[in-house]
Amino acid sequence: MITLEFVNVLMGLMMAGIAIVNLRDRTYKKRYNNAAFWGLYAVTFLAGSYLPNVVNGLLVIAMVSIVAVGKLGAAPPEQATRAEREVSAARWGNRLFIPALTIPAVALLGTFTLKGFSVNGVPLVDPKQVTLISLGLATVAALIVGVIMLRPPPSAPMIEARRLMDAVSWAAVLPQMLAALGAMFALAGVGPIVAGILERWIPLDTTFAVVATYTIGMALFTSIMGNAFAAFPVMTAAIGLPLIVHRFGGNVVTMAAVGMLSGFCGTLVTPMAANFNIVPAALLELPDQNAVIKVQIPTALMLLAANTAIMYLFVFR
Amino acid sequence: MLPLIGILIVIAGFALRFNPLVVVAVAAIATGVAAGHATVDVISAFGKAFIDSRSVPVVWLALPVIGLLERTGLKERARTVIAGIRVATTGRLLLAYLALRQITASLGLTSLGGHPQMVRPLIAPMAEAAAETRWGELPDHTRNRVKANAAAVDNIGLFFGEDIFIAIGSILLIRGFLDQNGIHVEPTSLALWAVPTAICAFVIHGTRLLLLDRSLRAEIARGGAGSSLASVTQDDHTR
Repeated sequence: MITLEFVNVLMGLMMAGIAIVNLRDRTYKKRYNNAAFWGLYAVTFLAGSYLPNVVNGLLVIAMVSIVAVGKLGAAPPEQATRAEREVSAARWGNRLFIPALTIPAVALLGTFTLKGFSVNGVPLVDPKQVTLISLGLATVAALIVGVIMLRPPPSAPMIEARRLMDAVSWAAVLPQMLAALGAMFALAGVGPIVAGILERWIPLDTTFAVVATYTIGMALFTSIMGNAFAAFPVMTAAIGLPLIVHRFGGNVVTMAAVGMLSGFCGTLVTPMAANFNIVPAALLELPDQNAVIKVQIPTALMLLAANTAIMYLFVFR
Repeated sequence: MLPLIGILIVIAGFALRFNPLVVVAVAAIATGVAAGHATVDVISAFGKAFIDSRSVPVVWLALPVIGLLERTGLKERARTVIAGIRVATTGRLLLAYLALRQITASLGLTSLGGHPQMVRPLIAPMAEAAAETRWGELPDHTRNRVKANAAAVDNIGLFFGEDIFIAIGSILLIRGFLDQNGIHVEPTSLALWAVPTAICAFVIHGTRLLLLDRSLRAEIARGGAGSSLASVTQDDHTR
């Protein structure tokens, strides 16, 4: 059976390749720092499932220390000049889109079809992880299509992956680090403590106050945790169910659905939701790491107001 | 109260512009220590949490092929295609992508978008090209504003489309939570209640995108002299 370990091995191999390209780049100042950072990250993918947890913890601390003490180097320059790329673009035309679109096409195909296959009664692919494994397979398929079509030098894909990865730099690891922080918050019982504070300080005796506290609280708590999924159980157990549904007789479906969407408004405004907000800023090489958040703030605020209105108007019907 | 120290560290660290990766790691370990666990246990729990979240960065697997295509001129081709479509403006293009992203996400096709696979190689260069076709070379801050808008559209389209699909993570989470509290709800009714917000999101952000074209035009008209100044200082940096 293909499990998530397949994706981990792919990630580990790619990170190891990026570390090696860095190490071999003699003109690059921070090559040892970058190589060590991506090399350690590769170890967490390749060996993480077999190492004791405390060793994994120390590996991550070592990665963070490299960033804190030695700093990582910036993205290396592009290998092909703009003129070369223009010529190549004219030569290949719209065929260049084929490998790029292979990723979503194969990912979708895999998600829909792979569930059905089994060998001797054992499913071919872990049914719970079909989407992620399909995405992993899709990237491999797209790379194969790209290499067959374009016939680049064998080292080109890894050198280009390294260029992009070093452009994103430490931000590539931030979403995973935040997920780990969320797990530590859960371990320490942070959620219930915050909900307790909210309940104690806000007067909740009118239906509007309750609805607004719930929607705004979802958005605020999501922006602290970086994730509406972490905020939902806490806020709904503290305010949604006991007050909106049980005391004021609101509709549980409307409360829950619109409550979650209020949380998503919080996701739009917080650097804690790094994979949506900070990572794209790095990936698009924007000088301001909060540039994407700044664009999203007006929409998030208006949409939060809209959500509050929708819930207030419909939840008590 | 003590475990809240993690939240304080994050807020203070982000405000003081320390490296976010370092801030978050310190906050995670401090939270564990503040909750009264032994240091070794905290490092173990932290290591386990990190390892358990290894599927989060899986999109990076697209980088070798995306990088390869960029080297072969994918961004340049995306620009040429858009430059050939006369009615395409930055705002209209992003509005079309917003609609596409919301609709496909609502059908559960969330992997049809994403920043590494779609925005960097295709949507952002197209949005830039649409502006350049009209106004010529863009000043740096205008170009960055266009790129940031391209990234934002991907997020907004995803967030306020996916909840209409019945088998998406958030719907499953809501059902699971309510089940634990002895309340059974149908996923279809939850998905139905995501529709009003999805429409509001499209109207609100769509309007802002159409206004973006005007605002970009004004910015470029205003910055005529300023932009050449900006490019001079830019040159100084590279020297």
